[in-house]
Amino acid sequence: MTKMTYRDAIRGTIFQEMQRDPRVVVLGEDVVGGMGTAGGPEAIGGIWSTSTGFYDAFGPDRVIDTPISESAIMGAAGGLALAGKRPVAEIMFADFIGVCMDQLWNQIAKFRYMFGGKSVCPAVIRMPCGAGYNAAAQHSQMISQFVTSMPGLKVVMPATPADACGLLRQAIRDDDPVVFLEHKFLYAMTGEVPDDPDFVIPFGHARLARAGEDVTVVASGMMVGYAETAADDLAQDGVGCDVIDLRTTSPLDEEAILDSVEATGRLVIVDEAPPRCSLATDIAALVANKAFASLKAPIEMVTAPHTPVPFARELEGAYLPSPAKVAAAVRKTLAYR
Amino acid sequence: MGEEAGMQLNREALTRAYRQMKLIREFEERLHEEIQTGEIAGFTHLYCGQEAVAVGVCEHLSERDKIVSTHRGHGHCLAKGCDVTGMMKEIWGSQEGLCNGKGGSMHIADIDKGMLGANGIVGAGAPIAVGAALSNKIDGPDENGKLAVSIAFSGDGACNQGTTFEAMNLAVVTKAPAIFVFENNHYSEHTGDAYAVGTAQDIASRAEAFGMKVWRADGTDFFSVFDTFGEVLEFVRTSGNGPAAVEFDTERFFGHFEGDPQRYRGEGELDRIRATRDCLRKFREKVTGAKLLTDEDIDAVDADALQAIEDAVTASRAAARPTAENVLENVYISY
Repeated sequence: MTKMTYRDAIRGTIFQEMQRDPRVVVLGEDVVGGMGTAGGPEAIGGIWSTSTGFYDAFGPDRVIDTPISESAIMGAAGGLALAGKRPVAEIMFADFIGVCMDQLWNQIAKFRYMFGGKSVCPAVIRMPCGAGYNAAAQHSQMISQFVTSMPGLKVVMPATPADACGLLRQAIRDDDPVVFLEHKFLYAMTGEVPDDPDFVIPFGHARLARAGEDVTVVASGMMVGYAETAADDLAQDGVGCDVIDLRTTSPLDEEAILDSVEATGRLVIVDEAPPRCSLATDIAALVANKAFASLKAPIEMVTAPHTPVPFARELEGAYLPSPAKVAAAVRKTLAYR
Repeated sequence: MGEEAGMQLNREALTRAYRQMKLIREFEERLHEEIQTGEIAGFTHLYCGQEAVAVGVCEHLSERDKIVSTHRGHGHCLAKGCDVTGMMKEIWGSQEGLCNGKGGSMHIADIDKGMLGANGIVGAGAPIAVGAALSNKIDGPDENGKLAVSIAFSGDGACNQGTTFEAMNLAVVTKAPAIFVFENNHYSEHTGDAYAVGTAQDIASRAEAFGMKVWRADGTDFFSVFDTFGEVLEFVRTSGNGPAAVEFDTERFFGHFEGDPQRYRGEGELDRIRATRDCLRKFREKVTGAKLLTDEDIDAVDADALQAIEDAVTASRAAARPTAENVLENVYISY
């Protein structure tokens, strides 16, 4: 095991996969940075520092710095994948999915099915996402609800450096298109990451981040840490929470959720996205449908409000879920009857 | 002297144009300082260096003309008449800001002033400007037979987005009174136009290929911008001519965003462009050389602009903060 940041886990995993498999290529805006400038290639090394050194190691054919052209990036990732490569494309901010939605939704996600199973599309689309930086309405969004709803895509939301590594390696080796939602706020998080260059975490297997018998708390991405903090606080008062980190939202580990709810009878879902047609409502529907008899209280959802992401610190703070909001929801479900 | 139309401007107009440029400069220089303190949240992209473009364009416009801006929008907003204190309060995240602290630096708008929004998405502005231009076309010419126009400000980054291409073609085929103002500051974020703009760093030729009449001018010289844009505007205001495009060669004095280490810059590059490509310095040299204004006149404007920024910052520090209840305002919520 090596202690490293979430950011370095992502960078290191892509780098190792590029060394291992010549089909792996990287593309995106400023993934090299400094192209066509006095400072020259690698003057930036990716604005998230997740591709530093790639250009020098692998050259321009496999590390493709693109103009600001998200549709072309997304579509080219699809074309590279159809032609036998394993592209890892970066959409600098997940919000920019709006610019290139067709290439993801109508093209990449649908190829394998539409072509009768005669093609694969092993594209990884990395999308730094989420709020917390006062970056306002077009640089802060959680887009898990869109991509999880699209048949044909796999969707990953790593919550720790080790998961970022194991899930990203699985994504690159997977034959289906994978949207990899890395939370901008987690880049600096440190943790132990396995050294095994073949360490993968299979999709569709949730992680039990905390074990407890009173309430089930389901979360993903940055919300996992909030749920853990809440669970640790509640444990001081003798309240035990099962904190389930989904890891992937498509495929969804239904069994892990249902087993836990059957044991606790109480469910809190934490989701950074707005509340309608979201992961939270999706999981609530699943549990209402398949574990109704186990429920001792209404399902609680801790989500963003049904608004765009606001700019001012006070507004964004009120917008986002928080450990305190999660703890309050847990107490509310426990207080029922 | 005085061949240029801009040099024929009277003292009042010259002073006003210079004050607008200086106000933008001081606004941005002050933000650059304030951001270091951590008091201002979020991403901020400064317009410093490009003032002559925003002001040289907007000094020709009236409130019925519309502009659509970019992530680097403060200059366009100020030039189009947005209130300096309202803008500063917005960037401070105040409830009293132009957008009630909801938008911040990247989303300043003032519809009544014809400023249809800065924008966080590169290339998103041009189609919106064409929509506004189509509205102008429906409204028809004024009593002098002139159309209101809509301006899409775009950079060398946005010129590579499909949205910009689609907007240009739509404007051409609908003869929309739209003007595509391309500000080539030679950096799309952290990448040079030498790499990213495939038409030999020439953006105007793309507009030309869509069937538009195009102009090119030095964007670091107010008079060059003012005179050139005057011709562009005259053409587009004439019903039936349709859109046009103009490319201004300009410079960005700061990074892509505040905090950008700018490692892509050459040795001494920033000092050089500040010394040789500063639109404010050029303006002063031209107008004092031609004895249109004196150094004392200009110094007085400098002091006035500086005070306006100081007042705006003081007001922003004291301005009301938004509260959690404000989050749910300004949007339809069904439950």
